[in-house]
Amino acid sequence: MSDEILTDKYVENAVKAIHDNFLPKAMEKMQSGLAKATQASYQNLDEGPELRMRAHDIREKTINNLDVVLTQLAAKVRENGGKVYFAKTADEAVKYTLDVAKRHNVKQVVKGKSMVSEEISLNPALEARGIEVNETDLGEYIIQLAGEKPSHIIAPAIHKTREQVGRLFSEKLGVAYTDDPPTLTRIAREALRDKFLQADMGISGCNLACAETGHMTVVSNEGNIRMSTTLPKVHVAIMGMERVVPNLEDHDILFRLLSRGAAAQKLGGCVSYIGGPGGPDFPDGPREFHLVILDNGRSRILADPKFREILCCIRCSACLNACPVYGKIGGHAYGATYCGPIGAVLTPLMVGMNKAKDLCLGEPLCGACRQACSVNINLPRMLLELRYRLAYGDDDWQTRQVSPMEKTLHQAWAFLAGHPALYRAFLKAGAVGQKIFPWSKGMIRTMPGPGAGWTRDRDIKPLADTPFRERFKMLSTKKSDRG
Amino acid sequence: MAHATLFIQCIVDGMYPEVGEAMVRLFQRLGITMDYPENQTCCGQPSFNSGYRKEAAKAARHYIETFENKGTIVCPSGSCVAMVRNHYPELFEDEPGWRKRAEHVGKRTFELTEYLVDVLGIKDTGAYFNGKVTYHDSCHLNRHLGVASQPRELIGRVNGLTFVEMKNSDKCCGFGGAFSTKYPDISTAMVKDKVQNILDSGADAVVGCDMGCLMNIQGYLHRHNYPVKVMHIAQLLAGEKGDAA
Repeated sequence: MSDEILTDKYVENAVKAIHDNFLPKAMEKMQSGLAKATQASYQNLDEGPELRMRAHDIREKTINNLDVVLTQLAAKVRENGGKVYFAKTADEAVKYTLDVAKRHNVKQVVKGKSMVSEEISLNPALEARGIEVNETDLGEYIIQLAGEKPSHIIAPAIHKTREQVGRLFSEKLGVAYTDDPPTLTRIAREALRDKFLQADMGISGCNLACAETGHMTVVSNEGNIRMSTTLPKVHVAIMGMERVVPNLEDHDILFRLLSRGAAAQKLGGCVSYIGGPGGPDFPDGPREFHLVILDNGRSRILADPKFREILCCIRCSACLNACPVYGKIGGHAYGATYCGPIGAVLTPLMVGMNKAKDLCLGEPLCGACRQACSVNINLPRMLLELRYRLAYGDDDWQTRQVSPMEKTLHQAWAFLAGHPALYRAFLKAGAVGQKIFPWSKGMIRTMPGPGAGWTRDRDIKPLADTPFRERFKMLSTKKSDRG
Repeated sequence: MAHATLFIQCIVDGMYPEVGEAMVRLFQRLGITMDYPENQTCCGQPSFNSGYRKEAAKAARHYIETFENKGTIVCPSGSCVAMVRNHYPELFEDEPGWRKRAEHVGKRTFELTEYLVDVLGIKDTGAYFNGKVTYHDSCHLNRHLGVASQPRELIGRVNGLTFVEMKNSDKCCGFGGAFSTKYPDISTAMVKDKVQNILDSGADAVVGCDMGCLMNIQGYLHRHNYPVKVMHIAQLLAGEKGDAA
């Protein structure tokens, strides 16, 4: 991957985001609307909210039989006249796409929004070959012009204000400044129309691929996917190898949940079902269709039974819309392609647990993500599992023990927990020892060491001179003094 | 007559013994007899949440040994009960003997409000509180144990009290155990929102079922000199007419 992974700057970037003038407000607005609407949309399913559990079963079964289902998918796509390439690494996927571009002498590419293309850093690779790349999703177009990265899986420019977009368009596109959203959309549309017509190649992601039919389902808000995938003579679709469903029946369930999880919609705004290249009977498609099925570390996740469940994810982004941490720090702080709760689990597995430790440790385990997940993935369980691997180190994942010092503290605490007399003595000693800290109106104002973070903006109640364990006897022997 | 074995989690035992005392007064008023096993310590949740499962398992074994011969166990903390009920079996997934014992004790460990409402069917505790109260849903209680209506039913029947829902009552307050000290910037940004919602509700007191969250909320309120009172639900329900509010 050519792009820099900035996961080790999690705290630094989180602090920046928290103190940003605009970001927290934008996040609050987005989350307060979407999170509740998505919950309501699950309730309104014909089958009831339990459909999420069934979807989880479907995903689990598919992931457990991924080799078989992918073989079926590949056979069907080929039968439909498409070409299929299994890419083991990001580099292989990029190289394959570049080779296709070279064969067709591609000068211009139009892209539908695709996180997996972000994951493999496809745009810089194409640009390095002198190929012009144009993102066609409005949000993605905005951040491409700004030279930034998406901060949300499906709303990539959520961190930008309309005033910022207005200034950006005026600067980059040479138009008069406006911050009127419909006008800005019209400007983008006009700028992109030529790009669609000139492009030699279209690139898209894939929301779901169906093994039974060999078709890809790709959702967009602006219809840009349809144009990106049908106007140019070549279409390359890239999918993570887990984004497959075995049959149309399962597809229907997952697609409905995807739309609800993403935007509390019954159905995505514009849905493209892509069945391969055009032909005599179907002249609307591209001349060539390629499907790149990407591994890039997914097999390794698949091989670990404790983390396999994360491959059930269909990237609807409902967890982002519900996560109180994401709501404070935004997507960029996560320092890699996938942000929010899904990123907090997936990124450490993809870039290394030590390198991305803050992503899985920097969460309060509140469980809002699991409640929001369209396919009921137990994200908190996997956050805990990552912490477990980090606590002791894990050779299979080349993970080092995160803090020998912290481990010693927990060993000491466990020893106390197993020895009630010492535990009592420890509480008593603490009640005396804490007297050295600065107090204010019965509360401790400053603590040293690990407690310093707490008291930076909060006071804390001191240990009581007499703990409950010593008070109980008195209370229970002298019956209630009130009654 | 109901009998409860008290499991008083470490934060209440060491820092907020008055919450445990309130629970005892409440149970006495309701005619619930109690015992308190003096060997109890910590359930191991702090270690488990930080990934130190071997250490958490030590604390868990101690809990199981201390409580397995008891009847109904009641704790004034949703997250400790979630630890015992949901995570102990995970902790011993490779030790069938301990797993069985963990499941056995987990089934009988209840959080205070679910014990009162679901087990005993008590909604009116005869409590009195003069003031406007809002309720904070603690994450583990709400999402892991599914307890959200029970505390509201109990609060709603307190005499003299006006209940008001705050905005986003079920949104995390930013406590998260070690998270609050390791990632203080994110944690305080979250508690700041929570406190704002409490203030906007106009309540005189914020009530919750978990001292972890309440300690966080109280810490922020106190530092910033907001006069809102922070109460564990046991304290609210133990209140009687004539108490100083």
